[in-house]
Amino acid sequence: MRQLFGLALTAAAGLALLPVATMAQTPKSGGTLNFAVVAEPPTFDCHATTTFATIHPVRPHYSGLLRLSGDVNKKLAIVGDLAKSWEMSKDGLTYTFKLHEGVKFHDGSDFSSADVKASYERIVNPPTGVVSARKALHTDIVAIETPDKSTVVIKLKAPNASMLNNFASPFNCIYSAAKLKQNPNYPATEIMGTGAFQFVNYTKGSVWEGKKFANYFQKGKPYLDGYKAFFVKSSAVVPGIQGGQFDAEFRGRTPKERDQLKAAMGDKITIKEGPWTTNLILVFNTKKKPFDDVRVRRALTMAIDRWGSAPNLAKISLMKFPGGFVRPGAEYALSDAELKKLPGFATDMTKAREEAKRLLKEAGVSNLKIAFLNRNVAEPYTPAGIFVVDQWKRIGVQADHKQLETKLYFDAFKKGDFDVGINFIADYIDDPSIHFLKVVPGTAVNYSGGDNPKLKELFAQQSKQVDPAARKKLTDEFQKIAINDAHSAMLFWWQRIIVYNKKIKGWELHASHFTGQELVDVWLDQ
Amino acid sequence: MLTYLLRRLILMVPTLIGVAVVTFFLIRVVPGDPVVVKLRADGAAVTEETIQAERKRLGLDKPLMVQFKDYMVGLATLDLGRSLWTENTVASEIATRFPVSLQIAIMATIIAVLIAVPLGTLSALYRDTWIDYLVRIVAVSGLAIPSFWLGMLMILGSLALFNWLPPIGYVSFFENPVANIVGLIMPAVSVGYRYAAVATRMMRSALLEVLREDYIRTARAKGVFRQLVVRRHALSNAMLPVVTVVGLEFAFLIGGLVVTEQVFNINGIGKLFVDATTRGDFTLIQGLILLIAVIFVVVNLVVDLLYAALDPRIRLS
Amino acid sequence: MANLAPTAPSTAAAADAIPRRPNAILQFIRQQPLGFAGFLVILLYVAFAVGAIWIAPYDPEAIDFSAMLAAPSPEHLMGTDQYGRDVFSRIVYGARTALAVGILSSLVGCSIGALVGAASGYFGGWIDTGIQRVVDIMLSFPIIVLAMVVVAVLGKWPVLGVDMNLVIAIALPFMPKMARVARSSTLAIAQMPYIDAARAGGYSHTRIVLRHIVPNIVAPYLIMVTAFIAQAILLEASLSFLGLGVTEPTAAWGLMLSGKSADFYREAPWMILFPGLAITLAVFAFNLFGDSLRDWLDPKMKG
Repeated sequence: MRQLFGLALTAAAGLALLPVATMAQTPKSGGTLNFAVVAEPPTFDCHATTTFATIHPVRPHYSGLLRLSGDVNKKLAIVGDLAKSWEMSKDGLTYTFKLHEGVKFHDGSDFSSADVKASYERIVNPPTGVVSARKALHTDIVAIETPDKSTVVIKLKAPNASMLNNFASPFNCIYSAAKLKQNPNYPATEIMGTGAFQFVNYTKGSVWEGKKFANYFQKGKPYLDGYKAFFVKSSAVVPGIQGGQFDAEFRGRTPKERDQLKAAMGDKITIKEGPWTTNLILVFNTKKKPFDDVRVRRALTMAIDRWGSAPNLAKISLMKFPGGFVRPGAEYALSDAELKKLPGFATDMTKAREEAKRLLKEAGVSNLKIAFLNRNVAEPYTPAGIFVVDQWKRIGVQADHKQLETKLYFDAFKKGDFDVGINFIADYIDDPSIHFLKVVPGTAVNYSGGDNPKLKELFAQQSKQVDPAARKKLTDEFQKIAINDAHSAMLFWWQRIIVYNKKIKGWELHASHFTGQELVDVWLDQ
Repeated sequence: MLTYLLRRLILMVPTLIGVAVVTFFLIRVVPGDPVVVKLRADGAAVTEETIQAERKRLGLDKPLMVQFKDYMVGLATLDLGRSLWTENTVASEIATRFPVSLQIAIMATIIAVLIAVPLGTLSALYRDTWIDYLVRIVAVSGLAIPSFWLGMLMILGSLALFNWLPPIGYVSFFENPVANIVGLIMPAVSVGYRYAAVATRMMRSALLEVLREDYIRTARAKGVFRQLVVRRHALSNAMLPVVTVVGLEFAFLIGGLVVTEQVFNINGIGKLFVDATTRGDFTLIQGLILLIAVIFVVVNLVVDLLYAALDPRIRLS
Repeated sequence: MANLAPTAPSTAAAADAIPRRPNAILQFIRQQPLGFAGFLVILLYVAFAVGAIWIAPYDPEAIDFSAMLAAPSPEHLMGTDQYGRDVFSRIVYGARTALAVGILSSLVGCSIGALVGAASGYFGGWIDTGIQRVVDIMLSFPIIVLAMVVVAVLGKWPVLGVDMNLVIAIALPFMPKMARVARSSTLAIAQMPYIDAARAGGYSHTRIVLRHIVPNIVAPYLIMVTAFIAQAILLEASLSFLGLGVTEPTAAWGLMLSGKSADFYREAPWMILFPGLAITLAVFAFNLFGDSLRDWLDPKMKG
């Protein structure tokens, strides 16, 4: 425990050094960052939303307690935002945050611990009329205390291994307590926070503008004079970057779009590529015969050549990384060597497919026909469907590929109206408690209907285990059992490709398109 | 004449109301849900609570009949509502995209007439010769080539010949007329080609019909120069069916726009319609269909009026 | 408007023209060589559709990453797509989709349209007025717009590998057009004295319709059916191109041109060339055959 605390402090201290250590150039001040957002924000309220369409334009106006920093290909770490430092008690039940002093809101009022309390209470216990989209993740919070203006103590009813991630969530914006008192729903329609940028103007369907907040608490920052977020269609991003209408899009582009921009703009662009905390899984409907038979499920996942196909699929789709139920490369991921021992991750495909055919024969379903459910979204669902149908054919299994409109697709999963379906796991951060939700027996989103008490037990244990090494042991065991049970099988993790004009500096690639959008450290080299 | 016009205008109303009513209920029995599509677009976990809040905000939680009443009241005051996706007014969504599509339509029509009138005339004058066969084959192939494929072929062709891709992005005519025309010429040709094919066939058969008529025979008997006959008498009469075709084929023009704008990535009403359909954006679909129906009905009326103006034998009553 | 539209073939003459002569086929070949050529191409496509398993060198859905975007060669006559799937095999199998959807939707659309139109013309009165209003409304939707909305409404309903809802979506826009033609044909007959006589004689509606009306609609019906098959193939291709028709990995020509294929203009033009050619040739053949059939069945319409 102490070790963790020490780590966290080092990370907080490291933040100050990070820019000096990693940047060859000294940041220049000035200029406006123009970027594209491919959807319109349904609300301004971070707490109520689940979409990047709100995060990308809105998050630069706000601060959180903590935030995620670094580059996914080097090291991602939780660092302080409004919190200068933090400490978890040995029993894992109390978090104490020391806040920065002299922090101002955009309206000139002073920020204090009361604002943190009001904001988190709004998440944990939203008043009527207020939507709190991630309330369920915060149910362990029982009390929020403010011993003084710069200290917040958050008390939990049980240890929660994901709590630090929640405190660093990009959705947990800190709002003004005074303003919330007047109108608990002000953040839905009005912007007022402590972030690096002040709200200027929003024209629906067109543009969102922010300008530098002169009294931002990190001295000398932000570097930008302001930013403009242009709301455009996804198909307009490549021509827009090419034509200079804007210089970036921070959700992600396809490999082909990257190639097009590279061909057109050469060395005028920066390309950042890495893994994405999003994946595609195959969900087997274990309530239906013959998918209640583990041999059939294993055979179907064993037919899929993950290692051999990944490099080729990565050229034409967003699918790229074979992995377990935690993103490859993340803290709690299984290593490739461990994976290769598990069903579906063999490298000798001839042998694996022979074994798969044998299993099907043993289960008495040699001529299996599958109603294969998929979503009618082009990328990467369609390529995944085409791929899986082909792979199954190789062990003599016929699949009727059905791509449904998003709502019908989710309804079909909920009603169990499928044999096997392509689903996904996605969230803002690499956290086993979040990523295992669709695999743990008994949750509303585990559409497989599979059961194994051991999985439930391990899940509960790991979610309370605040010691990383001990938690890793539990999650490894969980993953191995889950992969062997094959109620659901991991297909691929996605790749995140960001292409932007070379003049943009200081922007870091995270594994999620929700984090790293505060724009505090971004500057323009012009 | 005036009473005829009035009667036609009044008759339009029930048809258009019919279109509006049919569309409203037709797209609302679509089992999909634009709110879910929108919120799920991101892949992140969405709670049922969030979905309900968004439905409420957009007024989709109201009973169907209340929504219908709102829609009809809106229509009566020429208010088409707001897009469920971008939340701009439907009118402004359409207004920003309409000019490009209109320009392509006009250019396509010009191209069609420029191709159809000479080809159809030649074909009729040299009936059953190789010229006639050639023209007819060109015309039948025009009906066979999918407009989106023709567009793709032109892109391929310009890549192969000039290593040049048509510029992406629309430039206003008033900003830079040359860039504007260059940018839209390929879509206009791919839409207009089919149009031209239909009009050529129509032109040919109409001209043959007219050439058989008595007064042409008289003119010929009088020894009037063949060219003159064609120009003065036959051609003006044969323009009638061409005008008809321009009106009747308008539906195809819209269809052509829907797919062609997709090929050239043009932000016109065709692309808007495809986007609206894939997103289940009810209000936008309603607005667009109504707009298309209005244009269709008006174009038909104009064609009828033109018909009367061109041919004194036809009396409108 | 309706009276100005050059649609309805003169039917009384056409009915007599329905050939019952034994050498009718030979006569058709002699009189309509172009139409016969079209017919031969149609036969070729039918052969593709029926014998796909034997004709196609590869499984049309089989991925081969070692042959991604391969150029045309003896192994892959028309090259491969981004998944390494054989384009020629996909075109051969695509004939199944095109013909099944094309023929079925044209038959469904024309049959329903003919029934409705005949009823409208025969009964007259408020039935006629009502049906004509509906027809007016349907005609004010551009075909593809109507089909797109219907596809979205109905979703998918596969029967023996053919999406029946796609068939309905494509058939629907044909109904009002066929109804118009059938109505005017029926009107022409319904005025005839012998129909009045039949009515006066107390014959049932069914009998009159079957004995006197139906034979007179057969010629325009056949003409419309062939003409609409071509249109239906085009429409299916357009819908699949827009991603609203056939689902991957099923082979369909429009689908082969849709979405990502445009990403490969430079690397793989064959991905765009051949499927388009397949559509064009099929529609061309049906158009030629349809035109000839019309000229042959109804010489008066020849222009």
